Amino acid sequence: MRVLEARNLTSGYGETDILHDVSIKLDEKEIVSIIGPNGAGKSTLLKTIFGILRPSQGVIELQGEEITGLSPDKIVRKGMSYVPQVDNVFPSLTIQENLEMGAFVRTDDYRDRLQEVYALFPLLKERRNQKVGSLSGGQRQMVAMGRALMLDPKVLLLDEPSASLAPLLVEMIFEKIVDINKTGVAIVVVEQNARETLKISDRGYVLAMGRKVFEDTGKAILENKEVGKLYLGG
Amino acid sequence: MAELIVYGIVLGSIIALGAIGLTLVYGILRFANFAHGDLMTAGAFIAFFLVTGLFPWLGIPDTTFGSLSFGWRMALAFPIAMACVAVVSILLDRILYRPLRLKRSGSVILAMSALGASFIIRMIVLILWGADYRLYRPGVLRPAIQLPLEIKIRPDQIFLLLVVLTLVILLYLFLQRTKMGKAMRATSDNMELARVSGIDTERVIIWTWGIGGALAGAGGILYGIDVQLHGGMGWNFLLPLFAATILGGIGNMYGALIGGLVMGVAQQVSTAYLLPTYKPAVAFIVMIVILLVRPQGIFGGRRA
Repeated sequence: MRVLEARNLTSGYGETDILHDVSIKLDEKEIVSIIGPNGAGKSTLLKTIFGILRPSQGVIELQGEEITGLSPDKIVRKGMSYVPQVDNVFPSLTIQENLEMGAFVRTDDYRDRLQEVYALFPLLKERRNQKVGSLSGGQRQMVAMGRALMLDPKVLLLDEPSASLAPLLVEMIFEKIVDINKTGVAIVVVEQNARETLKISDRGYVLAMGRKVFEDTGKAILENKEVGKLYLGG
Repeated sequence: MAELIVYGIVLGSIIALGAIGLTLVYGILRFANFAHGDLMTAGAFIAFFLVTGLFPWLGIPDTTFGSLSFGWRMALAFPIAMACVAVVSILLDRILYRPLRLKRSGSVILAMSALGASFIIRMIVLILWGADYRLYRPGVLRPAIQLPLEIKIRPDQIFLLLVVLTLVILLYLFLQRTKMGKAMRATSDNMELARVSGIDTERVIIWTWGIGGALAGAGGILYGIDVQLHGGMGWNFLLPLFAATILGGIGNMYGALIGGLVMGVAQQVSTAYLLPTYKPAVAFIVMIVILLVRPQGIFGGRRA
C-alpha cells in the first residue's frame, strides 16, 4: 500500500527553485533512501514534503490524502514525522521532556508509547532525567528520532541522521533505523553516506542538481557501476 | 549596611518580577519589549483604581489584615489587576507586535514600536491619574519590626517578599511540571523544532505574554504598596530590568531572578555612598560593565 507519494515537485527558497519536477513514492513498511552529491536538493525535498517549504508545483499525498500546502504542525497530526539534520533536539530539556514534546498534540495517555520508544532506545531510558544538551552527537540523534516517534507515525522522514557522527555510531544509527522500520514505520532517509544507506534500503532515488537522475532497488543501485562512478564516488 | 541589603532585596524582588517577564518574552521571540516597564505602571494603577475607586463604591469594607497597611480591597484587587495586565500584554502582542513579526519587520522597527507602545501606556496613565505621586495611605507609617543587626522592616515588606517568593515558585512549577510550561521552554530552545513537533507555538506565545504581563503587573502593584505610584515609575524601572536580564543571561528565567536581586541590592547599597538620585546610574554602570566583561550574562543565556 502506498503511504506517501510526491508528484512533480518543484520547490526552493523564495524565488529560487532548487528542486525540479521530482517524484517519489513510499510504500508501507519500506525504507527508501534519497542520495546524491551536496547541493542536490535532498534536504529541500524532505522540507517540501513536510510542509516547511511550499512547492511552487506538484502534489503531495499522505495515505491517499492530499497534504500539499499544509503546515508542519498539521502534517504531524496526520501520521508523518520529521527529524531535521541539525538542531533536532531541545537542549535545555531532559530526554524525557524532549520525548513528551514529541507527544504534545496527543491528549490521550501516551505512557505506553513512551515505553515502546524507550524499548527501542534503552540508553535513553537510563538517562531520561539528563539534559539533552549534555549528550553526545549519537545520543542526541537517538533523542531526535525518539521524539519523532512519539506520535506513532506511519511515515518518518530522516534528514542525514549519520551526519557528523563517528563511524561506529553511524553503524549504530543505521541499525536503529532498521529497528524502527521493523515496528511498522515506513522511512524516507536522506543521506550523504550513500553506500551504507543503500544497504538497508528497499529502494533508492539518486538526485543531482535538483533533479531525479536515477531510481531502482537499493541493491541494484549499489551494483550499478555507472551510478556508482558518477554519484557514489567510484 | 545590613538594612540597606534587606531593602535592596525588597526592591530587587520587584525588579526580578519585571525581568523574568522580559526574559521569557525575549527567549521565545528574540524581542526586547521596551514597553515592559510600563506594564508594571499599568498594573500599579489598575490596582490603585480598584482599591481607591471601584471597591469603595461597591461597598467593600476598608479593613486591614493584622499589621499590614491593606486588607480585603487589595487582596481582591491584586489578582484582578494582574489578570488585566496579562490581557493588556497579550493584546499589545496581537495588535502591534504580531503583525510586524508576520511581516518579518526588522528589529529596529520592533524596538521603535515597543517604545511607542510604552509612551501610549504611560500617557494614558498620566491622562487618567495626572502627574502627581500617589500613595495608598498618605501620612500613615506602620510601625516597623525590629530585627537583629539594626534592621527595620515593615510588615508590608515581609508580605511583599512572600508574594514574590510564591509567584516564583508557582512559575517554576508551571515551567517544570505542566505541558504548556515545558512547551514554553522547548519553544524558547528552538521554535522551528517546536513547530515540526506539532507544538502550537502561537498558543505558547500568548501564554508567554500573559505570564510576563501578569508578573510585571504584580511587580508594579507591590512597588505601589511599598513606595508610591507615578506614571513614570515603570519607565524608571526599565533600565534595572534590562540590567537584571542581561546580568542573568538573556532568556534565562532563573538568571533574571538573581539578576533582579543583585540590581536591587546594588542600587540600595549605593545610596550609602551616593545621592539616591544616582540609583539609575548605578543600574546603567552595572549593565555596561556586564556587557563589556561577560555579555552572555553570569549564568549564560542565548546570544541575540
